[in-house]
Amino acid sequence: MKFSIMISEGPYTHQASDSAYLFTKAVLEKGHEIFRVFFYHDGVNNGTRLTTPPQDDRNIVKRWSELAEAHKLDMVVCVAAAQRRGIVDPEEAKRNSKDTDNIAPGFHISGLGQLIEAGIQADRLVVFGD
Amino acid sequence: MLHTVNKSPFQANALLSCLRVAKKGSAILLIEDGVYGALDGTKATPTVQEAMKNHKVYALAPDLEARGVQDKVLKGVETVDYGGFVDLVAEYDTVQAWL
Repeated sequence: MKFSIMISEGPYTHQASDSAYLFTKAVLEKGHEIFRVFFYHDGVNNGTRLTTPPQDDRNIVKRWSELAEAHKLDMVVCVAAAQRRGIVDPEEAKRNSKDTDNIAPGFHISGLGQLIEAGIQADRLVVFGD
Repeated sequence: MLHTVNKSPFQANALLSCLRVAKKGSAILLIEDGVYGALDGTKATPTVQEAMKNHKVYALAPDLEARGVQDKVLKGVETVDYGGFVDLVAEYDTVQAWL
C-alpha cells in the first residue's frame, strides 16, 4: 500500500516530527511504500541542515535525511511556508537574492500541488501536527 | 474511518470534537498526549467508556510508556505499537487527524 505523510509542526516542539518519523519507519518496515513526505507550515523547519542539537539528543533533521537516503524518500518542503520561515535551497537562494542556503540533504522545496498529488496518488494520507 | 487524537482531553477539545462527529463503527486511536484519554479513573473516563459502545478505541503503547501510564489503561482500550498503528491505517479506508 502507498502512504503519504504530512507534517505541520517543527522539530523539538511537541511530538509530531517524532511520531511522523517513527510511523514512516514502521510503514517501510511493514513493506509498504512511502509516496511522499510533505512538510508544511512550521513543519518546514525539519528541513534545515543548520541545527545542532546536543549530542545525547536525537538529531531530528539528520534522522530524516538518513531515512530519505536509505529508502529514496521524496521529502518535499512547501515553498511558501519555507520562504516565510527562512528555509532556502540553492535555487531559492538565487531567486530571492539570499547569501546562502540551508536545506538539509534529502529535502527539496516545491509547491502545494505536491501535497495534493500526494493525497491523490497514495492510498492513505496521514497527518501529524499540533 | 480511523480518527487519530493527539491532545489530552484535559488540554483541548480534540477528543470531544472527534466523538461528536465520528460515525458508528469508526475507530479512535489515541496518540501523543491523547493517550491520557485512554486512562481509567479520570474525568474523561466516562466519556471514553460511552464512546466505546460505538467505536473501537486504541492507544499507542510507546506514548503510554513514555508518560509512565501504561498500567492505568481503561479496560476495553487496545494498545498498539507503531506497526499496529500502520495496520490500523491500512485497515480503515481514510484517516482523520484531530490536532
